[in-house]
Amino acid sequence: MVERWDVVIIGGGVTGCAIARELSRYRLKIALVEAAEDVAMGASRANSAIVHAGYDAEPGTLMAELNVKGNAMYDEWCGQLHVPLQRIGSLVIGFNEEDKLEIEKLYQRGLKNGVPDMRIISGDEARAMEPRLNEKVICALHAGTGAITCPYEMTIACAENARQNGVQFIMNAPVRAIKPEADGFLIRAGESDLRARYVINAAGVYADDVSRLIGDHSYSVFPRKGEYMLLDKSAGGFKKVIFQTPSKLGKGVLVSPTVDGNAFAGPTAVDIQDKADNQVTDEGIAQLTGLSRKSVPSINLRAVITSFAGVRAQPSTGDFIIRPSEKHAHFIHAAGICSPGLTSAPAIAQRVADLLAGQGLELPENPEFDPVRLPIPAFRHMSNEERIQAIKANPAYGRIICRCETITEAEIVEAIHRGARSLDGVKRRTRAGMGRCQGGFCGPRVMELLSRELKVPMERLTKFGGGSNLLVGKLKEDK
Amino acid sequence: MEGKPMMKCDVAVIGGGPAGLAAAIEAAKASKEIKVLVLERDHELGGILQQCIHNGFGLHFFGEELTGPEYAARFIDQLKDTGIEIWSDCMALELSADRKILAVSAQHGLTTIEAGAVVLAMGCRERTRGALNIPGTRPAGVYTAGCAQRLVNMEGYLPGKRAVILGSGDIGLIMARRMTWEGAKVEMVCELMPYSSGLNRNIVQCLEDNNIPLKFNHTVTRIHGKERVEAVTVAEVDPATRKPIPGTEQKVECDTLLLSVGLIPENELSRAAGVEMDPVTSGATVNEDRETSIPGVFACGNVLHVHDLVDNVSAEAILAGRAAGAYALNPRKEAGEYYNVRGQNGVRYVVPQRIHKDKTGKVDLYFRVGAAYKPAQLNIYSGDSLIASRKKAVMTPGEMEKVTLDMDKVKGDLVLSIAGEA
Repeated sequence: MVERWDVVIIGGGVTGCAIARELSRYRLKIALVEAAEDVAMGASRANSAIVHAGYDAEPGTLMAELNVKGNAMYDEWCGQLHVPLQRIGSLVIGFNEEDKLEIEKLYQRGLKNGVPDMRIISGDEARAMEPRLNEKVICALHAGTGAITCPYEMTIACAENARQNGVQFIMNAPVRAIKPEADGFLIRAGESDLRARYVINAAGVYADDVSRLIGDHSYSVFPRKGEYMLLDKSAGGFKKVIFQTPSKLGKGVLVSPTVDGNAFAGPTAVDIQDKADNQVTDEGIAQLTGLSRKSVPSINLRAVITSFAGVRAQPSTGDFIIRPSEKHAHFIHAAGICSPGLTSAPAIAQRVADLLAGQGLELPENPEFDPVRLPIPAFRHMSNEERIQAIKANPAYGRIICRCETITEAEIVEAIHRGARSLDGVKRRTRAGMGRCQGGFCGPRVMELLSRELKVPMERLTKFGGGSNLLVGKLKEDK
Repeated sequence: MEGKPMMKCDVAVIGGGPAGLAAAIEAAKASKEIKVLVLERDHELGGILQQCIHNGFGLHFFGEELTGPEYAARFIDQLKDTGIEIWSDCMALELSADRKILAVSAQHGLTTIEAGAVVLAMGCRERTRGALNIPGTRPAGVYTAGCAQRLVNMEGYLPGKRAVILGSGDIGLIMARRMTWEGAKVEMVCELMPYSSGLNRNIVQCLEDNNIPLKFNHTVTRIHGKERVEAVTVAEVDPATRKPIPGTEQKVECDTLLLSVGLIPENELSRAAGVEMDPVTSGATVNEDRETSIPGVFACGNVLHVHDLVDNVSAEAILAGRAAGAYALNPRKEAGEYYNVRGQNGVRYVVPQRIHKDKTGKVDLYFRVGAAYKPAQLNIYSGDSLIASRKKAVMTPGEMEKVTLDMDKVKGDLVLSIAGEA
């Protein structure tokens, strides 16, 4: 007997997980299928982590509307989900008259899009806000609603909250076939078959491939790679998100603090062929080095901890594709979600709920819906009094596993209980292995905990699921 | 710093590896009543020695060849006859200039420790792939050599079957042999520089005896493989610029890349406490007693400067431990006056960086050169005059050098300098 769902969401990125969370407000039977072993494994784990103000997109586009709406929803969502959000404001900096004209254009566009709290300021004023800015900056657009968050934590928090409220998550389940039926669809996802009345396609960079499974060829999604360099906390301390004036390929290379006090430079913007190509290149690093120094000449790029790349899902239409499929009205696209997709996610989720209602799905309130997702209590954020209490209640809070980021055994065990299945899954949920030593010390100890808690032999543990096995086997027996 | 409960000790040693153990044992000799506490973040004492199951330790200090665990055991056994208290699984979170330590462990909870003297002995960590910015994918199978060593020797697992090793640091050389003995194929060791940063004996015993090629002036320019490492691109570098030479790239199939590309002293606690640092060693600046710029705070072992022989770590820790014990019993009021010590013309650094003017007798100076010198002549200048000269067949950056100074001859600041060209 194939299980029947009201809604099946394809894709566990921030878009799919925000939709899952939003739909869990209603009494629906919902499943989310994800190809990878964890949520946030695509663009949602490697992006700029910016909650954009909303002056970039052309007025009248979905991007413009959902960016501004999404930005305004972030305080409530992050508050309920306990995801870090810092409204530090963003600067778009200009070096010459040409940039100045572009900044004026952005400002006007922002007004049309309904962006609040924007101001064009002088170079000196910008430097007063961000003292490390290049002294050649002559003007800037300051947007007070620009903010930073943590994109994978947002995704994980949405997923955890959705799960709390009854959404079923099916991992390691790439969608291979979708067969339209009388009242819905039969979906083959990994080893599972599912029947769904409604399908939501939030498959990120693969959304066009998923769309083609029902014969819908109405758009394509192009992979565009962005490379980043993450810097140690010793090179952090930035006060603002710093954009350069945008170009055709994107919002340009930015320099920004992270919510954890590190800093990063990125992204590059390179159109690529392979949707899974997350390779970092020499050219990318060289480009980031040059462009980030243009914004902040004193940036200490020698303090790089790691470099990484994410692949954005660029829609062939130039705008988010959020609509019912022309082939089947119960198949809803949430596709081509490139930047500002992270910002827009809560608004996209609401829009998808509206579209489902518009296509005849009843949305009765779920009286048990709990909007609050509690974070894993982090030892490093506790006061000493709280630490003493935490250790009393659970001595595993007294065992530091990740020395660079001060992450305890208790946090790692909790992350595993919440769904971490791999070294990277633990890392994204706790920060263990994200510090200076990059897991050199704590990696083996985290592996021991994964093995112990999941009752999985060490040699089957992976870095991030699939064939990313960490060990090839036990040593040959002695004698 | 508000950890409860509060605890007091005469000497607190942060780190229970070779440096911390030797320092603690020596400090405890200061008096029968002295209270010495060792904070160790791992389950057991001995630090990185516990995973160094090969032999070659102790030739200088004990006059015999021991394995890492055996070397550690020599010190751990000595603890039994002392009143030294050990807190294992315990992490020091903060250190203040007035020698208060905030520490946490499951057993003791969160505790503030007030120490008469502190010995910093936190050791070092390995440089990572991220710090090198190697382009390519981010698959499983990229390990620092020390991490792989722990997996093999402590956990009993083989991290890969076919490895390339980047960097010819000692741990990388040791792991080349260890992986080979466990049935893995080590394709090559690539070294960016024209010389190794590892000990010559390790190059011979680990690589040459196992027919593993060591490629100087080579580096890894790309990592391939989506889930697990499938290959790396190796290229020759121009010795002048250390940049890859186009056209020399070669794809080497492997499932593992081990990195042995340098060690970094773990001085986050020291920096936060305000200890003055030497930018070359990335460790504290110290006097002949290994006392840092903060009175009563001493440093020794790899947290002070990266050593290649544990024997030298032990010798250094004894100096620090002895002085820490003496300070705890009788805190010195005045810092005293110093001669500064520095290296130039090929001498990258010297430890200690300063010596009390009223110091008498002999002082051992430890230093490293920045390039290979064959032969090498070291000159020591004090004030304006040459006070000593040492000749040696070879000096390389991979081997720490020692020279003993006769304080009778010292009349002013000291400069160590290499005569001649690399």
